[in-house]
Amino acid sequence: MKCHHCDKQATVHLTQILNGQMHKMDLCESCAQAKGVTNPENLSIGSLMENVAGSDEDGASPMTCESCGTTHSEFKKGGRLGCEACYHVFRPILEPLLEGMHAGIKHLGKIPAGSKSRVQFEQSLGELKSQLQDAIERENYEEAARIRDQLKDLDGKLESKV
Amino acid sequence: MFHEILSEDSSSARAPKSIPVTLSTRIRLARNLSEFPFPGRAETAQRRAVLTKCLDAMHDIKELDSSLAVEVDDLSELERQILVEKHLISRELSEVEEASGIILSKDRNCCIMINEEDHLRIQVLLPGLDFKKVWKRVDQLDSHIETEIPYAYDGELGFLTACPTNLGTGMRASAMMHLPGLVMSKNMDKVVNAVNQLGFAVRGLFGEGSDASGSIFQISNQQTLGESEGAIIERLDKTLQNLVKQEEFARQKLLQDDGHRLIDKIGRAVGVLKTCHLIQSAEAMDLLSLIRLAADFSMMPDSYRTLADRMFIEVQPGHVQLSAGKPVEPRDRDHLRASLLRQKFSKAPMIKADCLS
Repeated sequence: MKCHHCDKQATVHLTQILNGQMHKMDLCESCAQAKGVTNPENLSIGSLMENVAGSDEDGASPMTCESCGTTHSEFKKGGRLGCEACYHVFRPILEPLLEGMHAGIKHLGKIPAGSKSRVQFEQSLGELKSQLQDAIERENYEEAARIRDQLKDLDGKLESKV
Repeated sequence: MFHEILSEDSSSARAPKSIPVTLSTRIRLARNLSEFPFPGRAETAQRRAVLTKCLDAMHDIKELDSSLAVEVDDLSELERQILVEKHLISRELSEVEEASGIILSKDRNCCIMINEEDHLRIQVLLPGLDFKKVWKRVDQLDSHIETEIPYAYDGELGFLTACPTNLGTGMRASAMMHLPGLVMSKNMDKVVNAVNQLGFAVRGLFGEGSDASGSIFQISNQQTLGESEGAIIERLDKTLQNLVKQEEFARQKLLQDDGHRLIDKIGRAVGVLKTCHLIQSAEAMDLLSLIRLAADFSMMPDSYRTLADRMFIEVQPGHVQLSAGKPVEPRDRDHLRASLLRQKFSKAPMIKADCLS
């Protein structure tokens, strides 16, 4: 097994459980030393990942947000993004970071009323309701039950979101 | 206008009834305006534009009727410190130089910070442990603000924040817990570890590490993406309910195993508070923690729990200086703090120790 940072043989195998999800990383002796893995108290795989993402870009560091001027190295140093557009520009290096720090990488929470996804969500709810009405009128109770279950699912989602 | 709040005596009729173990529940939402760079990246003119836009929008929001609004630059250093000690604003906001603001609802339970790390930090804080109620209020307020101001939002990533650790829901839910039983029985390290494993963070009353004065800890969610607000709150609430049980168990065990030592500590705390002439805030916090514990054990009247909660805030350096009406050197503060406590505890009764017969 190779080290996550260099090509040497990995001898240190880290496992961290965050929120019930297991994250694994393999490191060689010297990288483990350099990253402070010898002190497990202060260790988070998220911060190690950050270094990995950084080392790929070192030297060239081509990523810069055109909208606000935030550069890759500024983000690496301060850990802050400059504007909405940064989330698109830095997406490739953000994703592994987000995986390390959060329960998932997809938003499952509140949706602003004016946003597109909210509109779509409510549309599909409306469509299902009229389909259910149709099925009942046609006395197709099997289909009606299936649609009712789908509606229940969506309603549950809406409740946990709103 | 804002000065009233600063000097406001929290002993007024508004002072809520306090309950054992949980002091308060808070939820804050981080939001940014669409089409403006985040505050850390914005030019002063852009920050000012955001501030004006937000202040204007808040006029039309009914939850914020008769609220107070102020720009941070208009407050003195001491005034800012007082707001931090009251947990109304963050230390970060108190240090911001230009174009930031604070909006405080009439009942003082909602506070909105403008141009902190994010354009908006909307928070609701209520006494006791009641996440549902706090969420309902902050969610409603947020939805109303959103009709006035379009937020930076992405279908995949949720609400976009300056720091990716707040991304998604932008929600930080927390409770302030008084855990002297777990501290005295030396179980706090274990608790911190277990709670961390669940993705929750433990901090002291003012955000410091796990070595908290007054045995007061703030427990909050660390993860904001990949879970709905409801799911995060439910998990946190369950964990905290469990923690309350652990704390109660630890207290009963202390009473059974070494009750006389515990009651001796409480008795001495009452004695020191009645008679001290110089006292630092850390020692005051620890004594007040014992008073709160005594009230929970019914060794002192309930009113002393409420008094302890008020004093946790009023013994802080900013508040002591406010009562003096001017900046005061630390040694003189210790003297002022001692006179305040002597006065408040002058009529404190002897503790009832019938539970140990």
